Amino acid sequence: MIPVDLDALASCLTSPACLVTQTTSGLIIGMLLFLVAVGLTLIFGVLKVVNFSHGAFYMFGAYFAMTAYQLTGSFALAILSGAVGTAILGLIFERVFMSRVYGRDVLMQLLVCYAFVLIFDDVVRMIWGPEFKSMGMPAAFQVPPLFIAGGVVPPYYLLLIGVALAAAVVLGLGLARSRIGKVIRAAAHNPGMVSALGINTGLIYGGVFALGGMLAGLAGALAAPVRSLTPGMGFSVLIESFIVTVIGGMGSILGALIGALLIGLIRSFGSLGFPLFTEGLMYLFMVIVLVSRPTGLFGKEVA
Amino acid sequence: MTRTRKPGISRRSTLALMGAGAMTFSAPWVARAQAKTIKIGMPTILSGRVAQLGTSSRNAVMLEVEKVNAAGGLAGRQIEMVIRDSKGQPQEAARIARELVNTDGCEMLLDGEASSGSFAVHEVARDLGVLCIHTCSEASSLTADPKQHIPNAFRCVRQGIHDSIVGASYAAGIAKAKGLKKWATCSPDYAYGRDTTGEFVLYLKKFAPDVEIISESWPKLFQPDYTEVVTKILQAKPQAMYSCLWGGDLTSYIDQANIYALFTQMEVFAVNMADYTALTVVKNLPKGIHSGDRYIKTFPPTPENAAWGDAYKAKYNEYPTNWSWQNATAVMFLNEAVKKAGSTDGKKVAEALTGLTIKCPFGADGTVTMRADDHTLVGYAIGWGTTIPQEPYVPDVKAGDWKTIFELEAEWKKSKGYT
Repeated sequence: MIPVDLDALASCLTSPACLVTQTTSGLIIGMLLFLVAVGLTLIFGVLKVVNFSHGAFYMFGAYFAMTAYQLTGSFALAILSGAVGTAILGLIFERVFMSRVYGRDVLMQLLVCYAFVLIFDDVVRMIWGPEFKSMGMPAAFQVPPLFIAGGVVPPYYLLLIGVALAAAVVLGLGLARSRIGKVIRAAAHNPGMVSALGINTGLIYGGVFALGGMLAGLAGALAAPVRSLTPGMGFSVLIESFIVTVIGGMGSILGALIGALLIGLIRSFGSLGFPLFTEGLMYLFMVIVLVSRPTGLFGKEVA
Repeated sequence: MTRTRKPGISRRSTLALMGAGAMTFSAPWVARAQAKTIKIGMPTILSGRVAQLGTSSRNAVMLEVEKVNAAGGLAGRQIEMVIRDSKGQPQEAARIARELVNTDGCEMLLDGEASSGSFAVHEVARDLGVLCIHTCSEASSLTADPKQHIPNAFRCVRQGIHDSIVGASYAAGIAKAKGLKKWATCSPDYAYGRDTTGEFVLYLKKFAPDVEIISESWPKLFQPDYTEVVTKILQAKPQAMYSCLWGGDLTSYIDQANIYALFTQMEVFAVNMADYTALTVVKNLPKGIHSGDRYIKTFPPTPENAAWGDAYKAKYNEYPTNWSWQNATAVMFLNEAVKKAGSTDGKKVAEALTGLTIKCPFGADGTVTMRADDHTLVGYAIGWGTTIPQEPYVPDVKAGDWKTIFELEAEWKKSKGYT
């Protein structure tokens, strides 16, 4: 097998059909990754903790969605319960456990998170069983794929990209324009001052953690029809999310979006040109970004 | 003057007792051989990603052991299974196997480990000389390589090389009939995936020389998303695809490939599809995927096999797996071998097992054989067919031909320097 197949890559780049297929394939990988990574980066930006248990919310989102779908048969309710369920879970987790380790040693925070990675995996195993599950594609999307300029695009992936994009826009505008957004940004910048002004920072922290959990849960719910569900499924997603946040810059939402899309496109086009080095390409790209811009593409300089 | 013997324990008998005591501690399986029950140890995988397979192995063993015990046991001795979780780690499997024999006093071992662990347990069997039947490892070299051969170990498992020969000859038949020349492969990137795919392609090209592999994909084991692999294969426009993805990876791949309508654009050969763990999980199983039989209660199409599958389902509320029938067969072999040897002595049972043919629901002709020269299972039901989305899932399985298997296996062994 040829390790580098630049001909395949070149012929794809000059064919509109191939470009459309590979770009959408990169977009869906990227958008799901963005939903997980943006929560991670948001929690880091405001709470200053690296939430290593973030992958568990992705997993819970998928399992909640599957159970809701089996009970109600409604796909919309499945997505909703995936998002809302993980938001509630995130709030409880933050208030009861994470709030106790703010400002503590990083190692302490890491240990708490890692403990919960294991605990959450075992909880899923107890409730849903150790074997892998599949939610199944809703009937509405069991249709032949669309052909756009000769490229193949499954309708479900259009929905997926749409929902993720909408979440990105709402999140970006909300943080930039709304009052709550301003408070959150202020709390990220100077929590002491915000608290002195009579704003309940505990509530904000809980809210941001719940929001982060909800976005990861939404990603899990959207992925549930096409990815198999197993205890521990959050782990590989978490690793890639870290790569995304490192490339985009910890704490930057735009950075998470661009980083996630770049990773998605590197995977989809990389698998054509460098079939044996697709994984390596992601890490190589991360190294290049870290060497040239240690704070990430959109990260702020540390004062 | 006559010496009167003092009451109590003499020096000589004390020495003898001490000797016996030392024997007991150094070789407990010899000393305890006369115990009424016979303990059989079994390391297997009961937690982690493949726990489902280990659990199904334990279930099948218990189902058969109950039957043997109800009929009076092994040479009059009731079987007591001691089953421990290795978590799929080879060093843990070896440690447990040793402990089962030395501390728990197990007189025989059933090795319910996947390939990696089975080689570790094999070394323990070599060291302790205890009778050991491997029940889950499909790696051909475990018995094909003469360096691995020991008189007290057997393999009661289907084998990678047999599957490749049967799969490739089935696929070549369809390739010729439908003119499928351009093939793609997509298999997980680790030893099993690489070896199995390599052997399949080797024999496919042998049976159908026109076949050309135009695209290869090697996704990581347990990769969550295969979209880039799916679209890459679509770009290559092959006429057929081979995959040895399994379990949750296979069902993810099917769900993701389905929405790109991949299954309508090429013939798909997925050797691990026809296993109930995958068949019952996929919600939208495409029609017409070609697959090897793992365990399916309709193949071999005999009342014995169907009854066995139903009995298992009635007891455990799920269908058996490929590991189930292999473990059940191992218990059947033990039972028959002990009857033939008239003893539970490991050496005698091993001699009886060598070359033994028994009646078995999973045999191609109603019997299976423990081949004498390499201590491995042959004559089991092996075949390929196409899927439908509901039971019986694979309605028509085409049986593989054991004569061809034997011929090509002998050739393969020669090419590997095994004979």
